Amino acid sequence: MNPPDALELAGLEKSYAGVRVLRGIGLVVPAGHTLGLVGENGAGKSTLLNILGGIVRPDAGQMMLDGRPHAPASPAAASRAGVAFIHQELNLFPNLSIAENIFLTDFPRAARTPVIDRRELRRRTAGLLAELGLDLSPDLPVGQLSTGQCQLVEIAKALSREAGLIILDEPTTSLSARETAILFTLMARLKERRIAMIFVSHVLGDVLRHCDDIAVLRDGAMVGQGPVREFTIERLVSLMVGRSLAQLFPERKGAPADEPALEVRHVSEPHIVHDISFTLRRGEVLGLAGMMGAGRSELARILFGLDPHASGEIVIAGQPAGRDPPSRRIRNGLAFLTEDRRAEGLCLDAAIADNIALVTLRDRTRTVLRLLDFKRSRQAVNTMWQAVRLSESAAPDQPVRTLSGGNQQKVVLAKWLLAKPRVLILDEPTRGVDVGAKFELYQLILELADQGAGVLLVSSEIEELMGLCDRILVMNRGELRDELARSEFSQERILQAALPLEETRE
Amino acid sequence: MADPSHIASRPAPGLIASNLRRMALSEHLVLWLCLVYFAVMAPFVPGFASPENLVNLFVALLPLFLVALGQTFVLITGGIDLSVTSIIALTSVVGAGVMNGHTGWLAGHPLAGLAAVLVMIALGAGIGALNGLAVTGLRMPAFIVTLTGMMFFSGLAVWFTQSKNIGNLPASFNRLGGNPWLAGAIAGIVGIFAHRMLTRSLFGRWLFATGHNARAAFISGVPVRGTTVVAYVVSGFCAALAAVLYTGQAETGSPVLGQRLLLDVIGAVVLGGTSLFGGRGRVLWTLCGVLFFKLVDNSLNLLNLSIFTITMVKGGVILFAALLDAARHRLTGRNA
Repeated sequence: MNPPDALELAGLEKSYAGVRVLRGIGLVVPAGHTLGLVGENGAGKSTLLNILGGIVRPDAGQMMLDGRPHAPASPAAASRAGVAFIHQELNLFPNLSIAENIFLTDFPRAARTPVIDRRELRRRTAGLLAELGLDLSPDLPVGQLSTGQCQLVEIAKALSREAGLIILDEPTTSLSARETAILFTLMARLKERRIAMIFVSHVLGDVLRHCDDIAVLRDGAMVGQGPVREFTIERLVSLMVGRSLAQLFPERKGAPADEPALEVRHVSEPHIVHDISFTLRRGEVLGLAGMMGAGRSELARILFGLDPHASGEIVIAGQPAGRDPPSRRIRNGLAFLTEDRRAEGLCLDAAIADNIALVTLRDRTRTVLRLLDFKRSRQAVNTMWQAVRLSESAAPDQPVRTLSGGNQQKVVLAKWLLAKPRVLILDEPTRGVDVGAKFELYQLILELADQGAGVLLVSSEIEELMGLCDRILVMNRGELRDELARSEFSQERILQAALPLEETRE
Repeated sequence: MADPSHIASRPAPGLIASNLRRMALSEHLVLWLCLVYFAVMAPFVPGFASPENLVNLFVALLPLFLVALGQTFVLITGGIDLSVTSIIALTSVVGAGVMNGHTGWLAGHPLAGLAAVLVMIALGAGIGALNGLAVTGLRMPAFIVTLTGMMFFSGLAVWFTQSKNIGNLPASFNRLGGNPWLAGAIAGIVGIFAHRMLTRSLFGRWLFATGHNARAAFISGVPVRGTTVVAYVVSGFCAALAAVLYTGQAETGSPVLGQRLLLDVIGAVVLGGTSLFGGRGRVLWTLCGVLFFKLVDNSLNLLNLSIFTITMVKGGVILFAALLDAARHRLTGRNA
């Protein structure tokens, strides 16, 4: 008889308030296999994973883990049963050491006492870290680690509990290229140890390269499942969105004008950016490529006035910005969609309409008390609602938190578009956004450029930059290394300029 | 499509549970509680429902409402103002020092009362501005700034008067707090104005945005620092105005006025539904919270319970408010 499968699901159902979010899900993950789980935001991936991890209970259906029934009543129960759930937002304590984080619920103790055996703790942690090829001290506080290293600590935690099934929910979103590579090597090693994994990612190329089987969810139903060789990116996309996308990027209609929208001259800040000069023209989409830590986001923040710069000049639509705070730069026509939309882009618990109206509120007030003109405000929000094609089912007074990632990003964009910006800086605008919504965001970005605004697009996805931009600048260690016109676009050349020298030599 | 797992993360409740749940989430929950409490207690508490007692209750409620109103503004920004009681004490004795008939700087002057009110309000707003500037400019936690402020200013009030009460205040001034119509008009006008500012003005929106996410608000061009400072100024202003009413009601300036008030203020605001985490709050909620607090206070007083018992019960009420706040967060799926 064959050994039991690591995970077997049959007829899994879940509804929220009458809405069926999972419809009879069946799934098999053999031991040692990696399953790629893909689907648009809202397709039911999170619910499915939350059920496996004991966070949510299903309405109906069976789950078998290693041949035993699996019905975890809590995350702790799921963890005891051998399911390790590595969340997108990591659950580590930055104030505790690596060792303490790994053994938090299961400290090695001196025999029959509550006293922690520090030496044993360190020894076992060192063993785990060595196994993962991590050259870190067990005593290092987690707060000092990079996101990628934290991810690996989470995996070490899973190993320490001898998990039979590891769930990785979009593990690569916040990792650098190098850290991603390390993660994949590690996944291969886990596979050799016959550990089953569920890998969730929006980067379909990664899913195709690193998984054995693929399962596609759409609207709560399993619409495709099978060994990886049966799938291509095109097929995955059409399964996910339920129609075939003719292209990944929309057609560009306009072309850059000659007048400058944003001029950056010799901007420097010690250890952050060095002597950055470029001109963004009206109607131009200018890409900013580079590795994580190259200084792209930092440059964007300096341009918007969030961080200081030691020298150099920034001119927004003809107006020197000097040391202006963001509010003054916004009035001069600058807009900034930040990298972290939850922490910096949105008031998550406030209504969608209030978020959209926020930037331009002061233009719609009357009398000395600056009372709000609600009628005009509502009209403005409605216009934008349609312009960004925000989900029909959402209500204006609904908290933004309840929207999917893509729709949240549309709210941020709507808020800025309402201000009719002359320069729009976008920092990773499509991170964590699914394929269908991505295309719509691209359309909105290009439309804005066609209307004569200058767009500075910071992105880690080279395909995205090549698909949208008129010109690409490459940053490396705080400097501009290369500039490519549309006719010169090549992935190799961008990578060459973006990678640190020692890595290009490899 | 919105991911429904964020909207509700628990199984659908039964009929009773869902009704309870709707009530717990209702904006007017506290108003219902007030009515129920009054109806239940009225038969047992002698004189609870008598007209004289209701007028007393109304007059006693007004100054607490004013302080709580200012506190609401600060709580909406996600801060807290512990210095309100010391502002009440300090403005009370300074005002009395300006206008009293013995030693007052303006003793006997026909406009002494008016001058005292203006001085008190300017002082309260000024202390509020100091609090706000320390919180925003020095980036100090509001808790520490206003806690130390409370210690300093209440000490100052005692030092200023050598720990004595100041009596012999102009009758025109005493009427401001003592006359139900006048006091009611003052609190009513301020309350309505504050309500309009919170719900309909640019400043109100900025206040809520600051409380929801100060970082995102700043990036969206909201003058977060200025907004926060104004919230503390409003709190100081309201505390000073409450001091005008309290001082008038007692007909004396006292350096320990309002000493026991702090938990009443914060308890009433939070009971009303304003969140300690910022971003949520309404004038009407605060009014209901204050009403409930005063009902409990008044009924226990009429039952001749000792001050200690009353304090214990009030502690229980504040705990209840905090539990309610946490439960609401859970029910709306917001895990703060």
